[in-house]
Amino acid sequence: MSTIVQSICFILFVGGCSYIAFRGFRFVYRNIKLGRKEDLTDQPGERLKTVLLIALGQKKMFKRPIAALLHLVIYVSFVITQIELIEIFIDGIFGTHRIIYNAWEHIPALRGLYVFAINMIEVLSLLTFIVTVAFLWRRDLLKLPRFNMPELKGWPNLDAHIILVLEMFLITNIFIMNSFDMAAAHGKYGFWLSGMLGQNWEGLNEGLIEVFEKIGWWGHLAGVMAFLMYLAYSKHLHIILAFFNTYFSRLTPKGYLPNMPEVTREVKLMLDPNAAVEPIAADAPTKFGAKDIFDLSWKNLLDAYTCTECGRCTAQCPANLTGKLLSPRKIMMDVRDRMEEVGSIMDANKGVWQDDGKTLIENGYISVEELRACTTCNACVEECPVNISPLDIIMQLRRSLIMEDSNSPNEWNGMFANLENNGAPWQFSPQDRLNWEKE
Amino acid sequence: MAEMAASGQKPDVLFWVGCSGSFDQRAQKITRSFVKILNHLGIKYAVLGTEESCTGDPAKRAGNEFVYQMLAMQNIEVMNGYGVQEIVTTCPHCFNILKNEYPALGGKYRVRHHAQYLQELIDQGKIKLTDANSFKGKRITYHDSCYLGRANEIYEAPRKVLELLDAELVEMKSCKTKGLCCGAGGAQMFKEEEKGFIRINDARINEAVDVSPDIVASACPFCNTMLTDGVKGKNLQATVKVFDIAELLAAGQGLEGI
Repeated sequence: MSTIVQSICFILFVGGCSYIAFRGFRFVYRNIKLGRKEDLTDQPGERLKTVLLIALGQKKMFKRPIAALLHLVIYVSFVITQIELIEIFIDGIFGTHRIIYNAWEHIPALRGLYVFAINMIEVLSLLTFIVTVAFLWRRDLLKLPRFNMPELKGWPNLDAHIILVLEMFLITNIFIMNSFDMAAAHGKYGFWLSGMLGQNWEGLNEGLIEVFEKIGWWGHLAGVMAFLMYLAYSKHLHIILAFFNTYFSRLTPKGYLPNMPEVTREVKLMLDPNAAVEPIAADAPTKFGAKDIFDLSWKNLLDAYTCTECGRCTAQCPANLTGKLLSPRKIMMDVRDRMEEVGSIMDANKGVWQDDGKTLIENGYISVEELRACTTCNACVEECPVNISPLDIIMQLRRSLIMEDSNSPNEWNGMFANLENNGAPWQFSPQDRLNWEKE
Repeated sequence: MAEMAASGQKPDVLFWVGCSGSFDQRAQKITRSFVKILNHLGIKYAVLGTEESCTGDPAKRAGNEFVYQMLAMQNIEVMNGYGVQEIVTTCPHCFNILKNEYPALGGKYRVRHHAQYLQELIDQGKIKLTDANSFKGKRITYHDSCYLGRANEIYEAPRKVLELLDAELVEMKSCKTKGLCCGAGGAQMFKEEEKGFIRINDARINEAVDVSPDIVASACPFCNTMLTDGVKGKNLQATVKVFDIAELLAAGQGLEGI
């Protein structure tokens, strides 16, 4: 009877949590789809290679070897712990206990493999616990500059701490579960680390040992479900989106900034009123550049949701390094925050967008001063471990400032005039173009 | 180019001089050095001269796509009219936009930056230094241009050119993929910097000074301007010189003094 009750509790709990998580992911997916269309499905082979190298292989992380190694511990630990999670799920649904271990009673090789896997999980979990402490240490005590910048004040800083504490909670529960299980079974599973820990529990009342084992089991499950529900609201979403984001990477040289076809059409007609031009497509953008998230490409929006706020971009940004307001990380965070705001308004309005009179420029989001400070040097793009491009967003917003709002510094207005009148950014006559020949 | 076309000749390569190389007094020297190398090797090159316009890069990077595309289409019309196929340029900004962004507007050429072009000539054994090459033992540090480096992943070609000089090459703290911008890109050259605690070119020169070079080498006329200003700002012009790789190679071949 109690097994059935337990199974029902498990299914209700996991089902409920999964539904809440699903709603969160649906919110994120719908928000990303608010972006402009852009086709990034060519060269599937090259894209798969990028996922393998950059997301799975963490290639770009290793530009900072120590951070990369620490991160790798958590990453590998996360992946391999899924084995134990599969068992928890089967046990939970069918009311069994250590189903994989018991199912392989007569196949010593497979059982040995299972025990080895759990041992690896435990070793990596212990290492991950240490790394988590190290991460808290460098964030809060060492005060690493890239984790202590203005854009991280408040929620982002809390978010980072929730993730780290939740990770410690997960690991603690794995050890509670396994060590009390080892104590209950008098060490028959042969797990090294939890075995050592479990020896201390062997004197306890058997019922108590079983209760603690259940606490660890349910605690770990609750931690996993909490993470799942939390992901859609957290920078931690990168554990899923990093794979998609690297798949949809732009495969062109970083220096390539696409031409605007809608401008090509206008310019062709300007140079020759009889020029043969394509008719305006029905879904063509209605303004030049981007003012709000609707004008950005869906890839820009996916970038924003993928960003885990590590700040490698900002730490290499020449503008930020010299004290300017621009921080590429803040660009990504602002885009995401604006998406969340737009999404919430839509949700409150039966999924229909109601103009709130705001845009992504100013309004507490990205300021003109930030946009102006970019040197388009691509350092942020180069640095991002998951191929996010803050530069692509900056450029689209700049276009809007210049072409929609005529919002330009005077010096640039002078430059534009020179370019139009004499084909050079300075006020020199085209007739003097060969003056360099005279020594 | 017009003269060559009129007499039915076809150049090996079109040398795209760029606005900086045409009008900026300091950058004109780079143009002359590169041309001296071309002449010395008997390479048949042409320039568009008065028919060349800005590629539109500063307009495009500032956000003015209209001005950019107008200039681009004029340039493409001129070049396609002459049947241009090969281009070499001493400016990474011109290089990037000609190579990556002109093709979609109908301007399809084989475009090389002079660092690549010079490296090819070196690889072919065509460039011989004089014994009096005065760079032996000099400390040279190379500043990566963003539009050559990260934008187009050309890191080795300019270094290969410098290696030929037999000088002592030292790398700054931020180099190659991590190279720190000079502060000119994205049309910043044409306006004041935003408020900060230091200018970007001054920060870059601080990094250069940390490795105590005799020469800071660059491969971009705009970087050259920014770095030269940075050196002047620190009053170091007597001890630290800023040169383009073409100037250094021309001097190493005894084509000019430095």
